[in-house]
Amino acid sequence: LHLISNYSERTVAAMGDAITKVSIIISKGSLEGVYPGLIMANGARAEGIEANLFFTFFGLDAIHKARHEHIKLATVGNPGLHFPTFAGGLPGVSSVMTRYMNHKMEELDIPSIPEFIEMIADTGAGLYACKASVDLFGLEKNDFIPQVQDIITVGEFYDIAAGGQIIFT
Amino acid sequence: MTIATFATTDVELNNEGFFVHPEQWTENMVPELAQAEGIEELTDAHWTVIRFMRSEYLAKGSGPTVRVLGKASGVPIKELYQLFPRGPAKIAAKIAGIPKPRGCI
Repeated sequence: LHLISNYSERTVAAMGDAITKVSIIISKGSLEGVYPGLIMANGARAEGIEANLFFTFFGLDAIHKARHEHIKLATVGNPGLHFPTFAGGLPGVSSVMTRYMNHKMEELDIPSIPEFIEMIADTGAGLYACKASVDLFGLEKNDFIPQVQDIITVGEFYDIAAGGQIIFT
Repeated sequence: MTIATFATTDVELNNEGFFVHPEQWTENMVPELAQAEGIEELTDAHWTVIRFMRSEYLAKGSGPTVRVLGKASGVPIKELYQLFPRGPAKIAAKIAGIPKPRGCI
């Protein structure tokens, strides 16, 4: 028993600098703009780190009831895709590329955005919508999936984020 | 590396507290391992998860992530976090005497 308590003390000491809380802002409404924040939030919870997600501007689409199933890959102005911008702008190209990407992710057992967000809510992470953006787009609480806890101001966001790290995506 | 004693047996743990030699683990160490992780009362659901972690590791060579755990163990994700608030896959792996599961999702 003595050895066990020694071990616990050492673990706690070694974890003095560990991250214990994160607040992740998702501001973009493209597939590649939404996933990283979701992966970081889910990964934080898996490590036992407290996590809150704050959706702002076009990132609101990720929690919008009617839109979250239709988040698309940006095929224009996305040099990392190595796909010519003029071709990316043709009708239907974004849909086809998105379907391809979703298929690849399904093969790797990466959940779809709606499923992923539901899962993250189940891990106990908080989901919030940004009031300024909600007002700007003329939305209301009803437009969002039920897992969204509240529509909050930037000041309230900082209150919630207090004592943790803030990650902007 | 640390030596710890569970169920009167010395075992080797890495810096994060995971078993270095999973074969040193026995089921009768579980109550003490759980207690060291802040779990005072082991329920049947805890045991289901711990045994599932162990069997997945023995079958596949690595423990499942929370997502796989939620899909395959029969315990939903919400409940997994109630059972193991400090991270279901991570804490259950520690208690099951297996290495930390690796995986981003």
